[in-house]
Amino acid sequence: MSTAEILTNREYKYGWVTDIESETIPRGLSEDTVRLISQKKSEPEWMLEFRLKAYRNWLNMQEPRHWPNIAFPEVNYQDIIYYSAPKQRAAKVSLDEVDPELLRTFDKLGIPLSEQKQLAGVAVDAVFDSVSVATTYKEKLKKHGVIFCSFSEAVREYAEIVRKYLGSVVPTNDNFYAALNSAVFSDGSFCFIPKGVRCPMELSTYFRINNSESGQFERTLIVAEEGSHVSYLEGCTAPKFDKNQLHAAVVELVALDDAEIKYSTVQNWYAGDEQGVGGIYNFVTKRGKCAGRNSKISWTQVETGSAITWKYPSCILQGDNSVGEFYSVALTNHAQQADTGTKMIHLGKNTRSTIISKGISAGHANNSYRGLVKIMPKAENARNYTQCDSMLIGSDAGANTFPYIEVMNNSSQVEHEASTSRISEEQLFYLMQRGISQEDAVSLIINGFCKDVFLQLPMEFAVEATRLLGLKLEGAIG
Amino acid sequence: MSSQLATQSSSYNTAFRALLEKTGNAEPSWLRRMREDSFAHFERVGFPSVKEEEWKYTNVAPIAKLQFVPAFANGQPGGNGFGAFVYDEARRSRLVFVNGMLRRELSSVEALPAGVSVIDIGEALAKGPNETSLRESLERAAKSESGFTALNTALFSSGAFVFIPAGVSVAAPIHLQFISESSHGAAAASFPRVLVVAAENSAATIVESYASPGESVYLTNAIVEVRLGAGAHVQHFKVQRESTSAFHVATTDAELGANARYDATTINMGAALSRHTIDVTMDHEGAECWVDGLYMVDANQHTDTHSMIDHRQPHCTSHQLYKGILDGKSRAVFNGKVFVRHGAQLTNAQQTNKNLLLSNEAQVNTKPQLEIFADDVKCAHGAAVGQLEADEIFYLESRGIRPEPARNLLTYGFAEEVIEKIKIDSIRRELDQAVLNRLHTTL
Repeated sequence: MSTAEILTNREYKYGWVTDIESETIPRGLSEDTVRLISQKKSEPEWMLEFRLKAYRNWLNMQEPRHWPNIAFPEVNYQDIIYYSAPKQRAAKVSLDEVDPELLRTFDKLGIPLSEQKQLAGVAVDAVFDSVSVATTYKEKLKKHGVIFCSFSEAVREYAEIVRKYLGSVVPTNDNFYAALNSAVFSDGSFCFIPKGVRCPMELSTYFRINNSESGQFERTLIVAEEGSHVSYLEGCTAPKFDKNQLHAAVVELVALDDAEIKYSTVQNWYAGDEQGVGGIYNFVTKRGKCAGRNSKISWTQVETGSAITWKYPSCILQGDNSVGEFYSVALTNHAQQADTGTKMIHLGKNTRSTIISKGISAGHANNSYRGLVKIMPKAENARNYTQCDSMLIGSDAGANTFPYIEVMNNSSQVEHEASTSRISEEQLFYLMQRGISQEDAVSLIINGFCKDVFLQLPMEFAVEATRLLGLKLEGAIG
Repeated sequence: MSSQLATQSSSYNTAFRALLEKTGNAEPSWLRRMREDSFAHFERVGFPSVKEEEWKYTNVAPIAKLQFVPAFANGQPGGNGFGAFVYDEARRSRLVFVNGMLRRELSSVEALPAGVSVIDIGEALAKGPNETSLRESLERAAKSESGFTALNTALFSSGAFVFIPAGVSVAAPIHLQFISESSHGAAAASFPRVLVVAAENSAATIVESYASPGESVYLTNAIVEVRLGAGAHVQHFKVQRESTSAFHVATTDAELGANARYDATTINMGAALSRHTIDVTMDHEGAECWVDGLYMVDANQHTDTHSMIDHRQPHCTSHQLYKGILDGKSRAVFNGKVFVRHGAQLTNAQQTNKNLLLSNEAQVNTKPQLEIFADDVKCAHGAAVGQLEADEIFYLESRGIRPEPARNLLTYGFAEEVIEKIKIDSIRRELDQAVLNRLHTTL
């Protein structure tokens, strides 16, 4: 076979809906909606104030339409349900009290919530529509002083820490979607790793959208105190609806002196069908602050889902000698659009950052890398290395690179390289004449292309990501 | 803001009315209409603001604030002391413009073969045969949204029209020299307009230079268009050494025919603020371009290069090397777009931007940008910002060269990679000297 031949794509296997009674608030957004959400969650006054401030900022902000390389129809923000929660008994002390239907849902997604069945060493916070339904291994983590719980619980139980760090990395007026999230966010995860503790297991959050009319607005805050270490994973899926749904999350990371946070994402939201009908608008603000000396924040993302991805996990390298990393694989197929990349803001001395981005674009998809490397005047001896490679599959796909480099002192070094390639006939032929099937050959080449990024993922995730990529691209090449 | 807009447009408005009066019925009616439309467009959009992505890092507010008086309404300043700007190779193949107006007594086209036209653009408009190509070129530019382009179209009153007939190869470099200087009082503005048409299989070298005998404040707003027929080969060297108080905003726009080759090298050393937009469109198979440049700035200079290489058809090749040397509190902006359109298979596009920061207060903003919509292509770009390699300095030191000269030698070498692309000895000598002067050294 020498020409591109499109075989049918395998179905999106997470596209089913859980039939569960849920409590929703009327659609639409106003100050009353914000108050209602806050009231439903019995939040303290300062939290409501935070939300209202964000809401008022949001009213005066515009969608970022002119600069990203994405196109989508008008979004009616009054037609979204901002809060949807599965009905459940009042308080869930243990997993036994979680609705069995929910447990079955997460089982089916491959995320068993009962601790006996779990992969050893991974604690999970499961978020279903607007609320966290269960968090595993809380007790075990507590023994080490690690706090891992839903965001709502954190606001109640650990108000001081939340109040100190919430909005400190992504302010409420940061951008349109961050402001919206700050006003209406419903739940999410909170992690706190105390001084000198190396978190004994991987922490993870699994997000599931179930309701067809709601948006998901979760908030994650991770604080790593001096000398601590944590690895955090995030996964997500949604049912197939032919209506676009909005997912606008905010993730804030804070690393103090000598702390290290590793944040990995495998994003597999529903991407819409081949014609581009339906799918999630994934408009996410993720940012980490290396506040302390010698701190390190590393982002690894594998973006395979969503109709549109607009996401720039960033690092503010404030502490001297701090390190920021960004490893990304973004795959777009059919009519998907992705405008994703990172920002590395160097403020401290001897700060270093590495950006490795691999974009794969197939079908009619459009895949853009957009990144900013900014070296401020005081960031002496800062260093950045950026490599972004694109792979095009088929003659109708697009791959773009928009790196912004701003350097304001002369002791720093910044390097940027980008290239574009495709799977060559020779490579395929070579593998096939060794008896490897065409599908496997393609998968092998793609995985080789993404290897630098996959190596950064925790083992289970790496296996998942490899499999996912093969699945998503099945039949895209002839 | 609105009051500022009002004053700037009124100063250009007076000039615009004066120009219409002066040209009267001498110009074709389509041109008069185009000027009126362009001026209306300029009054509507004004000068670009930093809110626009294309002008994000370059603030032209100083240009908007100053009261520039277009030179044709300003009388002509004297032409003494311009001898220093003559390149020997082009002594008898040059047009000299002072504050944007052609000065015949300083120009000579004796060395050009018969059939080659190098004439004032006004003259070309008056003579029938070139009207079509001029009109096409002007109409295309008039579609631009840019306020600077509109202002040039409304106000240009002189410039060059160069025509190389099919199959003709011109040995002597054609030198278009723009000299500007403000006389006492008013800051002059000039609006040079150049159209170069190289017909099939012709070959020529165009030198476009900007210089000033003094350090006065003035504005140059130039548009240069180059049209290459099938198989044509044009070398285009642009040397911008305006007064360091001046403002220089220029557009170079090249369109390549099948198998045409366009080699452009741009040197930006002068002006307080300079912006060069260079666009190359390859809408025919087999075209090839080299778009190279060097910017070397110091003190408070600001230089901005926006380039766009547009691969619209298969089998085209582009190479781009832009280097920058920044000292003092200077600032440089580089934005290089490479488009590979749908269907432009077998494209080969390479782009490199390297910046050397000599001072801790200099600043670089670079944005190489690839947009690719075809899968069987070879595209790569790279950008780097840094300082001289410690190893290289050490190597020279180990050979007995002191650190200071070693650094100068390496910086000179860094610049030379671009300067040596200019195939005219006297220009290269001048630039070598200019680089050494900037480094306060000799070899």
